[in-house]
Amino acid sequence: MIRLINIHKSFRSQQVLRDLSLTIPSGQTTVIIGRSGGGKSVLLKHIMGLIRPDSGEIWIDDQEINQLKQRDLYRVRKRFGMLFQEGALFDSMSVGENVAFPIREHKKMTHLELEKAVSEKLALVGLSGIEKKMPSELSGGMRKRVALARAMALDPDIMLFDEPTTGLDPILTAAIDHLIIETQKRFQMTCVVISHDIQSVFRIAHNIVMLFEGKIIEGGTPEVFRQSTNKMVQDFLLGQYSENSV
Amino acid sequence: MITRIFFMVGRRALAFLSELGGILLMFFQSMAWTFTPPFRLRNLIKQMEFIGVKSLFIVVLTGVFSGMVLALQSYHGFRKFGGESLMGGIVALSLAREMGPVMTALMVNARAGSAIAAELGTMRVTEQIDALQMMAINPVQYLVVPRIWAGVLMLPLLTAINILVGIIGGYFVGVILLKINPGVFMDKMINMIELSDLVQGIVKSVFFGLILTLIGCYKGYNTYGGAEGVGRATTEAVVISSVCILIGTYVLTSLLF
Ligand SMILES: Nc1ncnc2c1ncn2[C@@H]1O[C@H](COP(=O)(O)OP(=O)(O)O)[C@@H](O)[C@H]1O
Ligand SMILES: [Mg+2]
Repeated sequence: MIRLINIHKSFRSQQVLRDLSLTIPSGQTTVIIGRSGGGKSVLLKHIMGLIRPDSGEIWIDDQEINQLKQRDLYRVRKRFGMLFQEGALFDSMSVGENVAFPIREHKKMTHLELEKAVSEKLALVGLSGIEKKMPSELSGGMRKRVALARAMALDPDIMLFDEPTTGLDPILTAAIDHLIIETQKRFQMTCVVISHDIQSVFRIAHNIVMLFEGKIIEGGTPEVFRQSTNKMVQDFLLGQYSENSV
Repeated sequence: MITRIFFMVGRRALAFLSELGGILLMFFQSMAWTFTPPFRLRNLIKQMEFIGVKSLFIVVLTGVFSGMVLALQSYHGFRKFGGESLMGGIVALSLAREMGPVMTALMVNARAGSAIAAELGTMRVTEQIDALQMMAINPVQYLVVPRIWAGVLMLPLLTAINILVGIIGGYFVGVILLKINPGVFMDKMINMIELSDLVQGIVKSVFFGLILTLIGCYKGYNTYGGAEGVGRATTEAVVISSVCILIGTYVLTSLLF
């Protein structure tokens, strides 16, 4: 279970998170929705300790990650996989090297075992045999899938997705959603997904929470969420514009 | 009005101090990570190739022409009181103590310092640095340490080469074009130059190697704001490093002698 308690975070004079509290259950998919620039990526980076809060606590199971020494924090991080918004593939390395990278860093493997692990991960995202390609030669959708393969390289039990489908066409979006659902089920992972895409949100979510003005203003199962009487939530779901959402 | 000026000066000073603090912090972190395994020899060699081998051409080119112009200038200057024979010594001395280290550092800074800032800056804004951290790999150890050591190790080497080809350039202009006696040229050079002059040049180049890689890394590592941010980081890195190199050579000259 991941718990964020009373998180505050500002960048210079800009308050991004204000007294945010959130509980993310294990073994399920929780989707965070909210406006662009609303602090969703910042929230996600807090969970992994990439950004430290100005105040507040972040618990991963029974460990408060801002109390940890770097070495222990790194041990916790190995449980995480993260798919970054633009993939964040190392563009000086080939696809195969990208996927092999975390394995090579953290596991003892022979060359052959490593090659096998890499092709397995690539097969998982439906991209067998492209090890030799460079990231710059791939389409946006392929790059995201390679990034997913790399994020799963160390068999994480918590996966974080930062807008996995933004900028993809509907068919690719469905494919990525399918991938998320399948891998979540297969490995019983805890997934945290940021998304703008309402269709895709209802496809993958066990829980939905909405971030607005630095706080979680609504949360619950998709059914509960659909029934929400909160004006912001309804506006967001219907994709409509109203005075008070500006 | 007066308070406003104080306010502005104060804010500038604070910004400067926080920048300086950040650079020093990165330096100490790099030193600490240098001696923490795993040692990333492959990254180091790659950076040594990038900073060293790939700068060779430009360093040789600037070396030859510095030597040639030094020879020409000293010829015209010293002829006025019949001191042309000192040319060999003057050329070698200026190259070893000042021109060699400074020119080499400025050229490598323009080529590699900017590239370091741009590369790390791009890695920052495309979240590749976050991705490293996500994989439980310390980015300072992985990215910064090899670059700094490559700079510290390669700059003295490049500087030595620069000085050497500079002397050859000076010899060419002095002996072949201006017909100074080759024996005199070499004799004066060997008489005037001392080991301490060469040591001074090399000490400077080590310091410059550190400065230009450290500032390039710092600016790149702390980039924000997309492609525009990368451009800004690159420019700032080159300008700040160049200024530091020029101030540094004065400070070091007055400290070392
Ligand atoms: N490292 C940073 N430094 C300064 N401002 C930042 C930083 N990271 C994010 N921000 C700001 O925080 C706000 C929230 O950003 P983000 O979390 O990326 O939004 P989104 O919900 O679209 O993912 C933005 O206004 C952004 O400019
Ligand atoms: Mg975002």
